[in-house]
Order: sequence, then structure tokens, then C-alpha cells
Amino acid sequence: MSLSDPVAAPVPEPARPRVARLELRRSLRSWRSLFSAAMSALALAMTILALTPLFSVLWMVIVRGGAKLRPSLFIELPPAAGMPGGGIGNAVVGTILMVAIASAIAVPLGILAAVFIGEFAPESRASTAARFAAKILTGMPSILAGVFAYTVVVLATGTFSAWAGGFALAILMVPIVVLTAADAIQGVPRKMREAAIGMGATRSQVVCHVVLPTARPAILTGVMLAVARAAGETAPLLFTALFFDYWPHPPFTEPTSSLAVLIYNFSGVPYPNMVGMAWTAALVLVVLVLATNIIAQVVTGRSEHSR
Amino acid sequence: MSADASLNQIGAPAVTSSNGTVIDCLINTLHYGDFLALRDTQLSIQKGTITAFIGPSGCGKSTALRCLNRMNDLIRGFRFVGHVLLDGQDIYDHQVDPVAVRRNIGMVFQLPNPFAMSIFKNVAFGLRLNRYKGDVEARVEQALRSAAIWDEVKDKLKNSGLSLSGGQQQRLCIARAIATDPEILLMDEPCSALDPIATRKIEELMFELKKRFTIVIVTHNMDQARRVADKTAFFYVDTRQGRTGYLVEYGDTSQIFENPRDSLTKEYVAGEFS
Ligand SMILES: Nc1ncnc2c1ncn2[C@@H]1O[C@H](COP(=O)(O)OP(=O)(O)O)[C@@H](O)[C@H]1O
Ligand SMILES: [Mg+2]
Repeated sequence: MSLSDPVAAPVPEPARPRVARLELRRSLRSWRSLFSAAMSALALAMTILALTPLFSVLWMVIVRGGAKLRPSLFIELPPAAGMPGGGIGNAVVGTILMVAIASAIAVPLGILAAVFIGEFAPESRASTAARFAAKILTGMPSILAGVFAYTVVVLATGTFSAWAGGFALAILMVPIVVLTAADAIQGVPRKMREAAIGMGATRSQVVCHVVLPTARPAILTGVMLAVARAAGETAPLLFTALFFDYWPHPPFTEPTSSLAVLIYNFSGVPYPNMVGMAWTAALVLVVLVLATNIIAQVVTGRSEHSR
Repeated sequence: MSADASLNQIGAPAVTSSNGTVIDCLINTLHYGDFLALRDTQLSIQKGTITAFIGPSGCGKSTALRCLNRMNDLIRGFRFVGHVLLDGQDIYDHQVDPVAVRRNIGMVFQLPNPFAMSIFKNVAFGLRLNRYKGDVEARVEQALRSAAIWDEVKDKLKNSGLSLSGGQQQRLCIARAIATDPEILLMDEPCSALDPIATRKIEELMFELKKRFTIVIVTHNMDQARRVADKTAFFYVDTRQGRTGYLVEYGDTSQIFENPRDSLTKEYVAGEFS
């Protein structure tokens, strides 16, 4: 029988049972949807919970620190106890100075160690040991770095100094740089190394021209983490740089003030002027770390036009 | 089939480099650790030709290719008995620096592997390694033109090499390999990760490159070998003792495909196994 035959009685097409149709629409009441919605809500709640203290601290620092912010703060020395006015200029310079010294020690050292661990002998016992040591060191209480630097530098030179402070901070920075840089180096695809070797690159050329440039963004992140940590450390500086009421000046062999120690010293005194200054110092510290971050991103981003 | 028979088919071994021979390769045994990967393979590669290595996967095509520029040196446990004469000089001689060997032999890998740097820097890489004193920009342009990719990238030389498509990346890698003007270009399944159109482009490119370079290409695609190669070497795996690869037959491509001497070759090119 042909379908076009008008005379033939319409053969009832066997109706497809409705039940068999695929159910593709999303059902809001299904167990799966409810569970998914509940988990999303939970995750959101936890995120808010975790970020609340962070943002409230930041908020407090901005409000309280911002209240007393004025340009003269950066060119004046701290006030004597109970006196009005004064500034945190020497602490800003001291922090920048000591973090710079620490970075000058820790970044090259850390990256070279990472090249060994990540590139030259990734499976050797020496690398495993070095990696393990670095992991332990990242968890070390920072006061130990201070005590160590006190013994090695302060006692040996007979004076508290920016050098001792920088050295103590470097001890804290090295393991962070080593671990992040080693991971970054190992993350460089093997096929890129092969390409370079195939072109006749020596081992050191592979490292300098391919591995390090490719790993650079990740290494930079590690360095910035380390800088942020060093800039905010107080305990190691109490043993090494102490505090000083005057500007640091070459050869930097006197005690040196820093923002972290200034905050520590000023936040516990009964003089509102100094307490306010501690808040401002905290704000300046945060901005300083942020600015370093941004500058580093811009500078390294510009030198490598890979985008 | 015995190894001796396969050697005899190649013809007289050319120990001294004869007129057109660029590479004279003899692999008696090649081990990775305790594993005998390749044995009894001898072939000589003629200047200005394209030579294809074909055979089932795991038969040692890549291994044989990587012997020719000492890339196998990187693999732990690699041991080699034999010789590879490049213009009459044994590159496995103790006095030879593998780095110097690789600077004269370009290599293109199975997966496109541009560096995470700009297109320009990718191509200039080899020039930089060789401390090239001339006009780097001109050389880069010339290499990109030779690799038939200049028109596609000339306006974005500062973009990352990784921003290109797979086929473009592979041609970038070819440009990078030929920028230093090597005598020989080794290609290990350069099209296996590419679509048919990109594959065609690379094949066409090889005809152009043949005028300046001697090319050795590994391919699992017999049609490709038939299309591009002047000479073809067929490798097979001997499963009787381990899985050792060896050269079964080597000759003109037309002879290998139309008039194979060995029954294994005959079955393989007829597609009776893969
Ligand atoms: N790095 C290596 N270490 C150990 N064995 C390897 C290595 N590379 C290849 N082989 C072995 O050598 C044999 C030949 O490999 P390969 O040359 O890659 O074959 P093909 O390229 O023909 O597919 C295979 O059995 C493979 O498992
Ligand atoms: Mg292979």
C-alpha cells in the first residue's frame, strides 16, 4: 500500500509510547539538580567566609592607615615618644633596602639551585634532598632565620645592620624561590628541550635560551611571593636589623629600621600619633608589595613579546 | 629472512663516501639498556634526495633517524655499534662533538614544538646559537619563505609561535630548522599530527626543499612515502628474539613499491599487514 493512495483507510501509525521519549529537559526537582545547587551555594558561602577576614583586614588598613596618610610622612623620621608629627621615611627606605639585599642574594641562588634540581639532575639523590630541605625550610618559624643570621652575621661583625637583616630575609626567600622555580623549570615541555638540542644547543644554552625564558612567568610569581613574605617579616629583623631613629646610609652597618618592626613597635604604645603611624605603615607596606608585583609583571612582560 | 640477505640487497657497502653519498650509516647493534632495538641496518643517503623510512610502529624508524644526528645520545642506556659517516667523517668518533653534528643537521619532530617565544625569535634561534653575524632579519624572512609560511606570519612576527595552528607550527619548525642552512634535514613523521591539507602543504614544501637539502623522512603513511620519496627504506620487527627492528629492504621508491625483492616488503606495501 502506498501512502499517497487516498482511498486506502488511514492506517493508524503505531503511536510511539510517550514514556519512551528521551527526557532532555532539566528537572529542577531531581536529586541531581538539588545536590548541585546545594553544593554551589555551599562553595559560595565558604568562599565568602574565607575572604571575609582578608577583606576586613584590608579594609581596616585602608581606612585607618589612609586617615593619616600625608606626603611628609615619607620624608620625616619617627617622632620621639609622645611627640606630634614625624614620619616613617627611614622605615620605608630600610624595608626597600633590606628586601633588595635579600633578593640580590636569594633570587640568583634560588634559581641556580632550581636549575640543578629541575634540569640537571632531577632524579638524583642530591635533588631530592635539596627539595626536601627547601620544603622544610618554607615551614620554618621565621624567628629561627633571625637567630641564625644573628649568630652568623651580627655576632661575627659585632653590629646590627641592614646586611644582617637582608641575610635573614634571604634565608626565608630562598626556599620559596627554589621550590617555585624548580617546578616552573620542570614544567617546561620536554619537546621544547629536544627542539633546542636538535638545533645544536649545548646544555647551558638550552637552560639560558629556552628553559628559563619559558619558565620565567612562573619563576617571577615565586619571586614575588618570596618578596611579599620578606617584606612583611618582623621576627628575623628584631634579631638582625633592630630599629633605628635615623636614615640608613652607606655602608649600612648600623641598625636599620623597617616598616614591619615599626608597626610592631608603634602599635603597642599609648600614643595615638604613633599608633596611627603604625596603621599607615601597614598600608604603605601593602602598597609597596603590590607595586613591586605590578612593576615586575610589566618589566618582564615587555621584554618578552610573546603575546 | 636473514640479516645477511638484507645487507646483500643494499649493494656494496660504501665505506668511502662516493660521489653523491652524504650519509653512510651502518648500525650493527643499537641498544636501549638491555633492549636490542635495532640491528643489521646499512644504508647510504644520496645528496639532494628524499629518503623515506617506512615500517610498522616500533620497528625502529625513529631510532634509526635519531642515530643520524646523535639525538639518541640523550637517552639513558643508549649503546651503539656501527658508524655513521657524514661526508666521510664518523660522527660517533670520540673526537666528534655531538653539538657540532646537530648544528649541521636540522631536525623536525613528530609533534610541532615551537619555543614559547615570538615567531621571529623561533626562526632566529639557530642563528643566535651560531652567533650569526649577517643580516638576521633577511635570513629569518628567507627561511620563512622557504617554509611556505611567510605570507601567513609576516604581519605577526612578534606573536608567539604557540599562537599558530598545528600545520603552521610545523612549518615554523621547518623554517627554524633550515634557517641555519644545514646540509641535511631529518623529519620524524612531520605530518602525523596534521590534517590532510596541512600534510599536502608540507609534502609540496619538501619538493622545494629537496633542491637545497638532503631530506630523510620517517613516515607511517605509505602513500606519503610513494608521493615524496626518491628512495625508501623498509624496516620491520623481528619478534623471534625480543622486538628487534632491522632494515629489510632499501632501494628506489618505485622499486620498493612496484617490484619489492623481499616477501615481507611485498606484503607490507600491499597493505596485507600494518
Ligand atoms: N627512549 C627509549 N628508551 C627505551 N626504549 C625505546 C626508547 N625509544 C624507543 N624505544 C624502543 O625502541 C623500539 C623502536 O622505537 P622507535 O624507533 O620509536 O620506533 P618507530 O619510530 O619505528 O615507531 C621500540 O620497541 C621502542 O619501544
Ligand atoms: Mg617513531
